[in-house]
Amino acid sequence: MIKIKVRKKLFGYNGEFWLDIDFEIEKNEFLAVFGKSGSGKTTLLRIIAGLEVADEGYIEFDGKVYFDSKKKINLPPQKRNVGFVFQNYALFPNMTVYQNLLYALNDKKKADEILKKVELYQLKDRYPYTLSGGQQQRVALARVLMRNPDILLLDEPLSALDQSIRSKLQEELKNIHKNFGLTSLIVSHDMVEVFKLADRVILINQGKIEKVGKPRDIFIEKPVSGKFSFYGEVIDIKESDIFNIAVIEVNGSLIEIIVDKEIKVGDKVLVGVKGFNPVIKKV
Amino acid sequence: MEVLQNLEWTPFILTFKVAFITTFLLLIIGIPTAYFLAYSNLKIKSAIEALTALPLVLPPSVLGFYLLLVMGKNGPLGKLWESIVGHQLAFHFEGVVIASVIFSLPFMVHPLIAGFKSIPKSLIEASYTLGKSKLSTLLNVILPNMKASIITGITLTFAHTIGEFGVVLMIGGNIEGETRVVSIAIYDAVEKLDYTTAHIYSAILFVISFFVLLIVYTLNKRLEVKY
Repeated sequence: MIKIKVRKKLFGYNGEFWLDIDFEIEKNEFLAVFGKSGSGKTTLLRIIAGLEVADEGYIEFDGKVYFDSKKKINLPPQKRNVGFVFQNYALFPNMTVYQNLLYALNDKKKADEILKKVELYQLKDRYPYTLSGGQQQRVALARVLMRNPDILLLDEPLSALDQSIRSKLQEELKNIHKNFGLTSLIVSHDMVEVFKLADRVILINQGKIEKVGKPRDIFIEKPVSGKFSFYGEVIDIKESDIFNIAVIEVNGSLIEIIVDKEIKVGDKVLVGVKGFNPVIKKV
Repeated sequence: MEVLQNLEWTPFILTFKVAFITTFLLLIIGIPTAYFLAYSNLKIKSAIEALTALPLVLPPSVLGFYLLLVMGKNGPLGKLWESIVGHQLAFHFEGVVIASVIFSLPFMVHPLIAGFKSIPKSLIEASYTLGKSKLSTLLNVILPNMKASIITGITLTFAHTIGEFGVVLMIGGNIEGETRVVSIAIYDAVEKLDYTTAHIYSAILFVISFFVLLIVYTLNKRLEVKY
């Protein structure tokens, strides 16, 4: 089990705020930290990896203390057995796929095995720049697997990829997590991604935990008693006398709908149906 | 052709010897210095940065004058050197090398700093989280991905040392076989109204400098890192 309790002063768009977080991760769990950009998610991941230092707190992996501000313990990243997957993949451009893996751990048998498992073996002598974004991120995953990390830390790993590849890689990530018996912590602002991958979600806002629970309980609220409802964002409003007509983007589709005057461009809204009438609610 | 056969080649040999040794020493000094200047957050960083850039703005005579004070018979470094080696530092080959190292420092350090800064932070962090030490990261990840900057530093230093005049004259004087490098030999020839020799020396230096720079720009294009 991994125990994490950290505090750190951060500087966001709206001035400074405290990242103040306390949670545990069970073995083999897939945990997601979900929140808007600038809420401190990435910083949290970097603190766990030892790439940044918390002002105060405590981090423990299966009884081994990584960080303890009271006892002045702070293991460097090299001494923490974490597998960090970066948003921009961070593959070494001077090394082939195979060399990237062997740099992590010089074990050819293991590298062959992992590359075959993630179906990258035929690309092993290619240089990273010749690969697609999706392939590069799979190589980055394979590379961290070389060291049997105690935890896989995924920092928005798929956000640079387009939708179709992203959804394929989500499946793959889930399989890798299962097949390699990993404990994973993903940071994401993509609701669908978190819903697909995570066993449990921690919702953070301005550095504080707002909610913890199963993705279903966190994301699927029923503030209107409709048959179905979708989250969307108002992207345009045409004014008329009594009502306005809004264009709302819901997961890539555009909907034109009558709204009342309170709704403004940029509002996040819940679009549902009640008694044959559309209902728009600000969230 | 007869002119070429009678030409004194010692200044060239001396010039290249100074240039090679200076470049080699500066590479060894420059990598840790640039690493520090590129990545450190310490307050004294700005002072060190300014100090390394000083040879760019100071007239060679000013630099040469102070170096002469330090390296001369009664200077601290000069005294120490004489007690160990047996001859004085100024007006000797070693003195010219030390002066060139200081004078060419920014030409090595500045391209290297640019190289270090061009490496994405995540590559370095990825290496650390894969359990690799700072030294291993430097040798396996950082330096191989900034080859273009290293080549630029090496060639600029080399070319700049070849063309150096003022500092060498102040520190080394004009001693044949010891400190008379090409640039000084040209000056010497002109003073003696020996325009033929000056012409030949100058033309050779001109061509060499051009090709050195040509090689840099060609290599730089080829060594661009692809992400």
